[in-house]
Amino acid sequence: MSGKHVEKNQPTSFEFNSANLEKINKILKKYPSERKKSAVMPLLDIAQRQHDNWIPYAAIKKIAEILEMPHIKVYEVATFYSMYNLAPVGKYFVQVCTTTPCMLRGSEKIVKLCKKYISEKEGQLSSDNKASWVEVECLGACVSAPMMQINDDFFEDLNEDTAIKIFEGIKSDQLPKFGSQKGRIGFEPNKRLTLVKN
Amino acid sequence: MLQDKDRIFTNLYGDFGRDIVSAKSRGDWKDTAALIAKGKDWIINEVKLSELRGRGGAGFPTGMKWSFAPKEIKTGRPHYLIINADESEPGTCKDRDIIRFEPQKLIEGCLISSYAIGANTCYIYIRGEYFNESKILQEAINEAYKEGMIGKNACGTGFDLDIHIHLGAGAYICGEETALIESIEGNKGQPRLKPPFPALVGLYGCPTIVNNVETIAVVPTILKRGGKWFASFGRAKNTGTKIFCISGNVNNPCNVEEEMGIPLKELIEKHAGGVVGGWENLQAVIPGGSSMPVLSKKICDTIKMDFDSLVEVQSGLGTAGVVVIDKSQDIVKCFARIARFYKHESCGQCTPCREGTGWMWRMLERINKGDADVQEIDMLMDVTKQIEGHTICAFGEGASWPVQGLLRHFRGEIEQRLTFKNKKIA
Repeated sequence: MSGKHVEKNQPTSFEFNSANLEKINKILKKYPSERKKSAVMPLLDIAQRQHDNWIPYAAIKKIAEILEMPHIKVYEVATFYSMYNLAPVGKYFVQVCTTTPCMLRGSEKIVKLCKKYISEKEGQLSSDNKASWVEVECLGACVSAPMMQINDDFFEDLNEDTAIKIFEGIKSDQLPKFGSQKGRIGFEPNKRLTLVKN
Repeated sequence: MLQDKDRIFTNLYGDFGRDIVSAKSRGDWKDTAALIAKGKDWIINEVKLSELRGRGGAGFPTGMKWSFAPKEIKTGRPHYLIINADESEPGTCKDRDIIRFEPQKLIEGCLISSYAIGANTCYIYIRGEYFNESKILQEAINEAYKEGMIGKNACGTGFDLDIHIHLGAGAYICGEETALIESIEGNKGQPRLKPPFPALVGLYGCPTIVNNVETIAVVPTILKRGGKWFASFGRAKNTGTKIFCISGNVNNPCNVEEEMGIPLKELIEKHAGGVVGGWENLQAVIPGGSSMPVLSKKICDTIKMDFDSLVEVQSGLGTAGVVVIDKSQDIVKCFARIARFYKHESCGQCTPCREGTGWMWRMLERINKGDADVQEIDMLMDVTKQIEGHTICAFGEGASWPVQGLLRHFRGEIEQRLTFKNKKIA
């Protein structure tokens, strides 16, 4: 359960664009017709993607209208799950995993670099308004620790040099390819004993 | 060491294509219709014979869980299969690679398992952060539909199955099966009181079986090679092969499929290139994801990695996420960080957990700085006991056990730290 930062300056209205309305219709078909509410999470996700990676209250009201549920119930869901942003974040939203498996392999160094290259304070926009960073809990890539997520993509097997390259890439809008920064495909060991390729 | 011919996940490292044609060339979707033709009872019995235990952490016998689903499907009460892909246990990243590299194994498993429990709809709940993996899985599902493996008259069996993906949004607690069900229903993920168990009253109040990704993905191979084949690995009630995730202070962090019961030392030294600085530099190991109590080096020297061996040393296999901690690490700091994880992830429903996780975290932070009295160690242990067993779901245990493990094996060091600090202040 986490406290959420909610934006003070809220837009007065929100409409899903037509492509997203089509997506919503498809999503509603996944669930029994009398269980529309099940679509609240995917709709929040669509709203966030349409609205610069944060969900305004007007979108919450819109979702409540579509799914025929009280908007406070949508708001309840939006505040419960950590991935819904209720205030603006950077165009590059950097999430650094600092849970113990990442900590053991040096995630603190990555956090230090975030402070240097993005913003001194967690959750604050960078001076060029491009990026913001937060510390997050385990992202499920412990075998390629330390790692961070930027928008939808995981950057794994980091060290200080590769992390700096990524932060500099943010400034020039040219991020390196996501995934392992050591060139691993998955979670294979550097030296193979099993499933050795012929 | 497990031989390559006995590995279920032959594309665990992504050497080959994940597309359905490549998957079929590796044996996926072979004889699926014939297996289904043998009937529900045969499938469930074969899984029981294999002694497969759930790979999501609790280790409940899978065949038994399936047999709890009502035999008859009543009108208006359809059955559901839910695949738990909300992989969030610190130290664990096995389901991600099954989804990325072996998605057809999972989908084939979904079909067979859904048939066994009488479900025509299957939801796969993936953690929201695995967005790219969810796209890969959706593509794989689309391919399976196109090839007629799922959908109407799946594999030509006359059985219909729809598979839908539901993305989570960053809540560890949704890995708990009833919280996960709440989440699919469109609520915040707070666990339900049990009973009733989901097998009778689950999703939308209907009979629901929830299984982990790895559990379902091994089912087709078990049926093809026989329950007895799977049971020939490991020992009774601790059978089969298992994906271990080895992270932390090792030279080659990796995932590896190994035989259940492999000695921990062999697992780390052979597959993960050993502890950084050598075995003697080992301080401790968390054997099964952050919820499982830590093991001292002395235990690590000889422990075998299976459910019952680890219970004997007051720990557990959990998800088999092995986190290796070497002597350069501050053990209290490691566990203060784990305590922070649980404080952040408590859903807030039960008071002992909501308040207690914060207490444990703050006390460990103070102990870490040396800003505590020696008597507070007992108080911390007492807090863990007030949480454990006093909450709706197992999160209470998951949050308290790591702290109990720390106090069990490292009490001496903590006492020393506090005594030294207190003396210095005096």
